[in-house]
Amino acid sequence: MYEFVTGPLAWLAFAVFFVGNLVRLVRYVRGLDWKLDRVAYGAHPAHGARGALRSILFWLIPFGTHSWRNNPGFTLLVFTLHVGLIFTPLFLLAHNILLEERWGFRLWSMPGWLADTLTIAVLVSAALLVLRRIALPEVRLITSAYDYALIGVAAAPFLSGLIARYAYAQSEFWLIVHVLCGELFLVAIPLTKLSHFVLFFATRAQIGMDFGIKRGGMKSRGLQW
Amino acid sequence: MPEGKLCNRQPVTTLEQLQALLADKGGKQYYEEMNRLEVDDKALWDLVQRTCKSRIRTWLEICTHCGLCAESCFYYLANHKDPTQVPAYKIQSTLGEIIRRKGRVDNAFMQYTMDTVFAKCTCCNRCAIYCPLGIDTGVMASYTRGLLFSQGFTPWEMKIGSGMHRVFRAQMDVTTEDWVDTCQWMAEETSEEWPGLEIPIDRENADILYTVNAREPKHYPEDIAQAAILFHVAGENWTVPSEGWEETSLAMFAGDWEGCRQQVQSVYDAMARLKPKRMVVTECGHAYRATVIEGPYWAGLPTGKTPVETLHYVEWVAEALRTGKLKIDPKRKIKEPVTYQDSCNYIRNGGLAAAARYIMSQIAEDFREMGPSREHNFCCGGGGGLNGIGRYREQRNVGLKVKRDQILATGAKLVVAPCHNCWDAIRDLEEIYRIGIRWSFLKPLLINMIEVPEHLRPAEE
Repeated sequence: MYEFVTGPLAWLAFAVFFVGNLVRLVRYVRGLDWKLDRVAYGAHPAHGARGALRSILFWLIPFGTHSWRNNPGFTLLVFTLHVGLIFTPLFLLAHNILLEERWGFRLWSMPGWLADTLTIAVLVSAALLVLRRIALPEVRLITSAYDYALIGVAAAPFLSGLIARYAYAQSEFWLIVHVLCGELFLVAIPLTKLSHFVLFFATRAQIGMDFGIKRGGMKSRGLQW
Repeated sequence: MPEGKLCNRQPVTTLEQLQALLADKGGKQYYEEMNRLEVDDKALWDLVQRTCKSRIRTWLEICTHCGLCAESCFYYLANHKDPTQVPAYKIQSTLGEIIRRKGRVDNAFMQYTMDTVFAKCTCCNRCAIYCPLGIDTGVMASYTRGLLFSQGFTPWEMKIGSGMHRVFRAQMDVTTEDWVDTCQWMAEETSEEWPGLEIPIDRENADILYTVNAREPKHYPEDIAQAAILFHVAGENWTVPSEGWEETSLAMFAGDWEGCRQQVQSVYDAMARLKPKRMVVTECGHAYRATVIEGPYWAGLPTGKTPVETLHYVEWVAEALRTGKLKIDPKRKIKEPVTYQDSCNYIRNGGLAAAARYIMSQIAEDFREMGPSREHNFCCGGGGGLNGIGRYREQRNVGLKVKRDQILATGAKLVVAPCHNCWDAIRDLEEIYRIGIRWSFLKPLLINMIEVPEHLRPAEE
């Protein structure tokens, strides 16, 4: 079973993840229409590129935009969550050992204490974000079961990873649960709104080009995000 | 009743249809007919499939429902943080539902959608700059207005307004003759005081083609005279077109995209006919948005730019002050505290905040920014057509509270508002809330403070 979930099933999950995300990106770009969107995407490449880059970069910086600064607690949680979600699985020692065993290469590995810290940070920030959804009426109203489920899908590999590492270190069952959770997360990314993993860059680039080309970018130093 | 006599899926294209709508005071019959208007769900879904592509579909799909858009919306703030005023909720419960139900929606749903995208959103686009994913609910609300218009669900005044553009190529019943007469009348009257002043009509190859808001010839002809005085003093070689002089677009507020195209095409035709070097648009925000920012796309111009370079009035004023064409008499600068209303359409969506600041630095001694200001300023409360829709007057008036509080916080009693909608909204908020403020376009302020060269001095001086 362990061989299967870390072998063929892992291949499948990664295939869906990579191909799926690529398809999402390509479909997004192909669906852009200068006439319907009313943005001359291709006519002003320099302004478009500048607008897109500014739009992405400012939002990737914690407290880099008005919106992030207006909501410091939320910003902290969101950045903590996303840093943990992205960097922990990539640079976890155990993952890289497995990677080397199976595919013959490995990435830099972070020390165990850092991985543990990031994992706990993911779980804590996910829990607080759930509480925020429940506590704030303006967020509660727009939150659906689907939103909670996706937070669960994102957090599950981290929770099961902690359990597999500490609570049941010798348990293959928990290891398999952890791997399956990870694979579910990978597959869910292109197939759900977790696709903002790649589409964040696409929609941010689009709105950046929109403001950069059409809505004032040619007559100003650029929108102060 | 599938379609009404007044409320139906057909846009207004004749004077008779317009007159019938206008005769229906307050839209009484129109809204009664709307209650019985059937939804052609097949046509609706077909339109969605043809026009709703990856940009909007992705916005609707990946919205993480984080709620950061809430506080960006002045309606949310003005309505005691009512969660149903959160932009994400407003658009998910309207356009989002239309797509989820594949267009199979009923009359009540369409009216709810109309009430939402007209009375709870002015398409100010402020939410777009507060959303981590760059989701522009204003763009989607505007798109939804287009879907509603195609099905006949549009406020009575918007149906009339879009019809005016289709019939008169103006938002009001101002004919070419009316317009030309008004210009000649203003030129005649003003030149008595300002010898040599002209309002040249259809002069070819002028440096500036000046275009206006139909309200000016209809209700405020002195605005045209003031523009003429300032161009005269600045020594500009300018003209107005006899046709294609109207910049506004109630069709844009209505979501009547073909009406929008026809309107802007009339202006672009004037450019082709008269070959001016540049065009200057009067002190109106949505007029600039319609004809300069959105218009090229309705007209199918792949550069996204108007056929000749176009300036908003504040750009022209800033340039005239920088180059010395207009000089301010330091003694006549505004001494009292004064603030500036940044219009959503030419500041947030037009990038002209710096031009406005330059003007204020030249004309005011105690300029006070609103908080927030520039691209982040709140809508006046009257944008998106809201000033003119009787059905939503109450909601509009509640929305004005945010602007009222912003103005009060500056301590200024004078608000410079170079935008017709902002100007109206601020006038109305003073009428309703009585906070003791005055408001003004730039033109009358400038005329009182410019230095007039000796040879141009008014006759009586």
